Amino acid sequence: MGTRHVIAVLVENKPGVLARISGMFSGRGFNIHSLAVAPTLDTKLSRMTIVTDGNQHIIEQIIKQLRKLINVVKVQDLTDHEYVDRELILVRVKATEDKREEVLRITDIFRGKVVDVTPDTITLEVTGSRSKIEAILELLTSIGILELIRAGTVAIARGKKTPKAAGCPE
Amino acid sequence: MRGDEILLRSLKQEGVDTIFGYPGGMVIDIFDAMVRTFSDDFKFILVRHEQAAVHAADGYARATGKPGVCIVTSGPGGTNTVTGLATAYMDSIPIVVFTGQVPTGLIGNDAFQEADIVGITRPCTKHNYLVMSTDELARTVKEAFTIAASGRPGPVLVDLPKDVTQSTAQWDYPTSIELPTYKPTVKAHLPSIRRAADLICQAERPVIYAGGGVITSGAHAELRTLAEMTGFPVTMTLMGLGCFPGTHPLSLGMLGMHGTYRANMAVNDSDLLFAVGARFDDRVTGPVSEFARGAKIIHVDIDPTSIQKNIEVDVPLVGDARDALSRLIEILEERGPQTVNKEKLTGWHAQITAWRNEQRLRFDRTTTTIKPQYVVEKLYEMTAGRAIISTEVGQNQMWAAQYYLFDEPRTFLSSGGLGTMGYGFPAAIGAQVAFPDKLVIDIAGDGSIQMNIQELATVAQYKLPVKIAILNNGYLGMVRQWQERFYDNVYAHTDIMCAPDFIKLADAYGALGLRAETTEEVVPVIKQALETDGPVIMDFVVEREEGVYPMIPAGKSITDVILI
Repeated sequence: MGTRHVIAVLVENKPGVLARISGMFSGRGFNIHSLAVAPTLDTKLSRMTIVTDGNQHIIEQIIKQLRKLINVVKVQDLTDHEYVDRELILVRVKATEDKREEVLRITDIFRGKVVDVTPDTITLEVTGSRSKIEAILELLTSIGILELIRAGTVAIARGKKTPKAAGCPE
Repeated sequence: MRGDEILLRSLKQEGVDTIFGYPGGMVIDIFDAMVRTFSDDFKFILVRHEQAAVHAADGYARATGKPGVCIVTSGPGGTNTVTGLATAYMDSIPIVVFTGQVPTGLIGNDAFQEADIVGITRPCTKHNYLVMSTDELARTVKEAFTIAASGRPGPVLVDLPKDVTQSTAQWDYPTSIELPTYKPTVKAHLPSIRRAADLICQAERPVIYAGGGVITSGAHAELRTLAEMTGFPVTMTLMGLGCFPGTHPLSLGMLGMHGTYRANMAVNDSDLLFAVGARFDDRVTGPVSEFARGAKIIHVDIDPTSIQKNIEVDVPLVGDARDALSRLIEILEERGPQTVNKEKLTGWHAQITAWRNEQRLRFDRTTTTIKPQYVVEKLYEMTAGRAIISTEVGQNQMWAAQYYLFDEPRTFLSSGGLGTMGYGFPAAIGAQVAFPDKLVIDIAGDGSIQMNIQELATVAQYKLPVKIAILNNGYLGMVRQWQERFYDNVYAHTDIMCAPDFIKLADAYGALGLRAETTEEVVPVIKQALETDGPVIMDFVVEREEGVYPMIPAGKSITDVILI
């Protein structure tokens, strides 16, 4: 295990591109912690945010191997720059009458939203940084999580400028 | 214009004149058009198994430098190409394989002879395509050839649903294309070339380590110039054989697991390792922590992923080998002859000569039983080193690499990276089709040759005078050698004495079969084979338990070398 890296990959929005990327990771024994992908404003392109880990050597290989794929437009290792990352979760918690207040209080503290309520459960929507998500999940676990959906991390570089593509060989 | 015609006209535009392949239901229209409309344009070679079509296209590409082309049908036709694609992918060989596919409307329905060949071949092609509309066909062919042949070359597969070849579109072939997401770096960074020049001028124990990339980029003349102007000795990888003359006084021969003693010792003791078009494969380095520990390393490679993948280098040069070497030579020339002081290398050359004299490649020359090395040596002498040699994989391949000296690039065709048994014979067919007047010899083992033996029908049909030299020891010899050395002589399923009579087999296919059972019969058999204007199988019944030496066991370094 090495350092966590958040890698932004701009790819052509074509069939099979996701398979090329995930196949490269699995074929070469690299990890994917999370992967989020959707089209960009220019619908010919999609943006992937891949969270992976590895030492410097492995991350360098991941970036170079991504670049080598024909459908990949641009690769950035956001970890080298100032960036903001967010994750969205949907979580259904056991919330019988005696627990309901506590769940709502936690939701409020973490600026989550209640999206569904039943007599026994509350479903929340929460977005936030990884530490915030981990923190709320820890609190909710003690109450009882029935179902959890994590969307995977998305990330963007801070500032006006798009950072330069990472991993130049020279 | 119909899709099948667009396809074949596109191939003509790409300068294709030879196609290897096998027909089937989903490519029947393409084959029909080939015969009806394009009979004067293409030489078509009907192989007897699709795997052989890809190896033949690969052999054609290695021997000529031009992309090899195959057309096969859907389903099993496509899956049979996978080994050939993986072979070409590992060795960076430009080929373009067209597969038939079920009509677009049936894709995903488990139709007859349907396979997701694009999905299957994604990890063993440089890129691949499923063409969903006839309108995209011409451009896709252009892209396929561009990608296959440029940068670090490799195989590209194009999957063609039947309705795409049957429907019509406007004929519009792009003369050149921009691929915004594909821009291989071809020009190495100038400051890095200068740094490389500095290291070259300081080196006292240098070695040039040259690989297949030198052949791919056509940099053999530049490599020779560099070696001669600096006085640096040159060792080659298996893939690099022929990129520097094997008979040149500066040649150390091949390095690696079965490389020469002097090549491996020189690399081990070097203070500068100049790697060009080579990728520090595990069969070359052994444990990387012990590889060339005292050396500064310069690494020229067109593929950025090859650099720093296996080994840390001091000066990476991402770019085309020919361009990088010629600019490096210019810089060294500008600095003047005194900057590269050949005299300070005198001691180094003396050391290398001492290693050479200490441990030459050798075998027992007194036996009546044929030594396989003797066969290769005689083939070398009797062809004056002028043949195109293909090999299968295993002991035959290593003996060919050790005892046949290659002076010219593109004369040694061997599956290096993937190590595909059954490669050599179809590859020889590809080379022979490209060069009908050249002598093409497949150096084979009795195991490997049986993996694509059906191609004897192909050489018979097209009257291809390919010569096959079987070093017949009745074993899967390389595995047997490992079993002898590392598995207590337990020869687990490597005895293949139950084999066909290769003379009768040759006869059955209409080829000539010859056999030598004693050392003195070797020369007459080779002589007769070389005088025969047609395909010949030479069956050399060799010493059963001969081994390939020197040998550095897997995961070990030169200090653990087994010399005999």
